[in-house]
Amino acid sequence: MIRFENVSKRYDGGREALSSVSIEVAAGELAFLTGRSGAGKSTVLKLVALIERPTRGQVIVGGRQLSKLSYREIPAYRQQIGMVFQDNRLLNDRSAYENVALPLIISGTGQREIGRRVRAALDQVGLLDREKYPPRALSAGEQQRLSIARAVVSRPAVLIADEPTGNLDPELSLEIMTLFRRLNEVGVTMVIASHDLPLVERFGSRRIVLSGGHVSSGETVDRPAGAAT
Amino acid sequence: MSTGIWLARHAQNLLGALGAVSRNPLGTFLTVSVIGIALALPAALNVLVQTGKSAAGNWTDVRDFSVYLQPATPLARAEALARELRKRDGIDSVQLVTADAAVAELGEDPVFANALAALESNPLPHTLVVRPAGDMDSEQLGKLSTGLQKTPDVDLVKLDLQWVQRLNAGLDFLARLGWIAAVLLGGAVLIIVGNTIRLDIQTRTEEIEVAKLLGATDTFVRRPFLYLGLWYGLFGGLVALLILAISLWLLGGPVENLARLYGSRLALEGLDLTTLSAVLGGGLLAGWSGAWLAVTRHLSGLRPKN
Repeated sequence: MIRFENVSKRYDGGREALSSVSIEVAAGELAFLTGRSGAGKSTVLKLVALIERPTRGQVIVGGRQLSKLSYREIPAYRQQIGMVFQDNRLLNDRSAYENVALPLIISGTGQREIGRRVRAALDQVGLLDREKYPPRALSAGEQQRLSIARAVVSRPAVLIADEPTGNLDPELSLEIMTLFRRLNEVGVTMVIASHDLPLVERFGSRRIVLSGGHVSSGETVDRPAGAAT
Repeated sequence: MSTGIWLARHAQNLLGALGAVSRNPLGTFLTVSVIGIALALPAALNVLVQTGKSAAGNWTDVRDFSVYLQPATPLARAEALARELRKRDGIDSVQLVTADAAVAELGEDPVFANALAALESNPLPHTLVVRPAGDMDSEQLGKLSTGLQKTPDVDLVKLDLQWVQRLNAGLDFLARLGWIAAVLLGGAVLIIVGNTIRLDIQTRTEEIEVAKLLGATDTFVRRPFLYLGLWYGLFGGLVALLILAISLWLLGGPVENLARLYGSRLALEGLDLTTLSAVLGGGLLAGWSGAWLAVTRHLSGLRPKN
């Protein structure tokens, strides 16, 4: 589903964020990208989202070679990718409902269908009773759940999340990760970047460990007893 | 996307932009006032030129040719020539002033009466007063004059062409000045709208970035700002028309008084359909273009980086 072939990325100013990285995430898989700050986790996700293009190598998502996508083809591609950010990037001048509806408005979905799918997504993350609230009126955990609802409302084949629990306490972090797990169980391919190793270890999913722009391991960890499901 | 959804999105953007304009009344007032002033100046020059052309049209007697026939030309030949000239292209009317009528008119002046009485015969020739068509420029008038001069039995053709040339040159200069002002001030409107939209973009940077990340096309992002630019242009155009209408109303009386002192019935030309369309169309075009440039420039910074 997602394949990196000898991908290198050098930013302006000379810093090499990724160096000959080759990774593969299968369809329907939940993979965690772990590593210290500056290891290259966010760069991997930016390359998947086509926010950045690689300096060398190929990024292939759903069989499509991203370097061959023209600027005009990027919007249609991004509409098939769900994204969750550490700072959730919600619009505070709009209601929870309007935030979740935004991807559907962008893709030209009809008003009735928008209403049905937004409420289903809000229900999925337990925020149906908060649809009229602006994000600032919600707790940190609710805000992150709202951003997940926005990411999944278009029913993307791939969901990427960059430190989605970075600003949350352990209890809320576990709640969010459990939510991701539930979404993955219905077939969404997920790549989640997190430096919270203890939290990641509670889920029996593959960890891709990055260090200094290199993949240091891509191991599958057996789910420990008592881990969240 | 279905046509219904497409139309609904445009209607939402159109009304949303109007809402954004109305939510900041002071800022909007200042912006549309500057646009209005910039659009009013070339439009005012155009009104001046149209009035000048109309005035030139009113002073048609100044453009009349005096065609003096050979002294020996019989009256019947003069009448025949007048009929012949009336059929020519570019001639509005021909009036025959016979030698007798001319000497009688001259004799009414006491200064000339005694001198004429001392003469044994009438020294004046028959004269044709030829009025050219109103839309002729100085070059066409010159050609007409040459043609008349070559007509058999014509002795002399007189026209104060230099005066006409000066008037037309002055009007041409003003018209050219109007075009230059329109281009320069149109550019200024473009910059004003572009800068206003740029400030609006800055307050909505996060919204634009999020929309792009969620798969919005440039067209989707650009559309509300284009409508905003169109509203600014439309309101600026209306302000320009208001400025023009007030200016014409204020200057109308003094211009008519001044013209009356010179024996003319000159009046400032009102706002015709062409001026209305040009001011409103110019405002809309500049508003749209300014917004397009501002958003496109911002979007270019959001492209994926290699």
